[in-house]
Amino acid sequence: MSLNRRDFIKLATVGGAVFSSGLAGMHAFAKTGKQDAFYFVQLSDTHWGFDNRKFNADPQGTLPKAVALVNELDPQPDFVVFTGDLTHTTDDAQLRRKRMAEFQEIAGKLKTGNVRFMPGEHDASLDGGVAYKEFFGDLNYTFDHKGIHFIALDNVSDPRARLGDSQLAWLKEDLRQRDANAPIVVLTHRPLFDLAPQWGWATQDGSKAMALLMPYSNVTVFYGHIHQEHHHNTGHISHHSAKSLIFPLPAPGSVDKKHKIAWDAEQPYRGLGVRSIQADMPGAAFELSETSL
Amino acid sequence: MEGVGRDFVLVPLAVLLFVGAHAQSDRHKADERVVRITASRFEYNPPRIELKKGEPVTLELISLDRVHGFNIPDLGLRADVLPEQSVRVKFTPDKAGTYTFLCDIFCGDGHGEMSGTLVVKE
Repeated sequence: MSLNRRDFIKLATVGGAVFSSGLAGMHAFAKTGKQDAFYFVQLSDTHWGFDNRKFNADPQGTLPKAVALVNELDPQPDFVVFTGDLTHTTDDAQLRRKRMAEFQEIAGKLKTGNVRFMPGEHDASLDGGVAYKEFFGDLNYTFDHKGIHFIALDNVSDPRARLGDSQLAWLKEDLRQRDANAPIVVLTHRPLFDLAPQWGWATQDGSKAMALLMPYSNVTVFYGHIHQEHHHNTGHISHHSAKSLIFPLPAPGSVDKKHKIAWDAEQPYRGLGVRSIQADMPGAAFELSETSL
Repeated sequence: MEGVGRDFVLVPLAVLLFVGAHAQSDRHKADERVVRITASRFEYNPPRIELKKGEPVTLELISLDRVHGFNIPDLGLRADVLPEQSVRVKFTPDKAGTYTFLCDIFCGDGHGEMSGTLVVKE
């Protein structure tokens, strides 16, 4: 990536969020110094263990490169969240665990001590999340950070891409305890809306989760899965997908058959990147900064 | 979707029974087209199906390895495709066009590209 591109900052406003791109944007977030403001980093779809040089000529170097980029930030983000597909799927349960252990070791090099993990279907669909839980803990959970309530949903451990009635009941009970205007961030792997069902870019019962979230006025969803930046609004709720850290995929519905985009030696790491998210408290729009590797 | 039915027959003995049963079935319903589709990691065979608008059809699906899904989101049709029993999806396409069908039950590396094309002609 050239310095020009790194230093390029473009601001736009879509769906209540402000966007910028470039490492300079991330550093600007880090140094706002606003009281109560904080930022976190979203990394997604690292697919540790994937090794097809046609699509990524540096499969073992891409994740460490992203970790190094995040570690450059000063001050450090309050936390980093990985929104699923930490590892590439395998039928071999032992190899799955080996990949998870290797991923965990690399992610452990992030300077911020606060790292949140979420499963993707590659991590959890073939064994119902058994191995994932051994390494990373619960498949769905909540946490609070500086006045924002974060809800991590699991729409991957069921191979049919469902949240399931039990998790929906859990979500309903969690939301029941929130004020209608409470700032809420939902983290998922798959989109909760029908982005491109013909490509599997949907959650079968995602509309049920959206129905539970709709009464709340300040909800933002961050997700992964589609290996590209994408922004969408369902009413007042905005959804933002992040780039992958292994290979990009085409824009939804842009080609007849979904396929991985080949590595471009002229533009290595093209389409791969890191997102930082600035939260100005309380309840203000998030500011998103996208940085290419 | 007009109907989904299953033939509860066992493999491998049932392969012959399956073929025989459906040969008889086809005689009884000579005007109804049956398209047999196999699913296996990570493809459908045939990967492309051509139908005529307004012509009733039965898609008869069976898996050669594990459970797969068969989903045509744009037509609101879906079924589980099992390894030891066939499943029938009966419908009459009423709109010409090209539709994607895909596996919607995660089945491993390559799942994301397990899809095919259904073409409905005028």
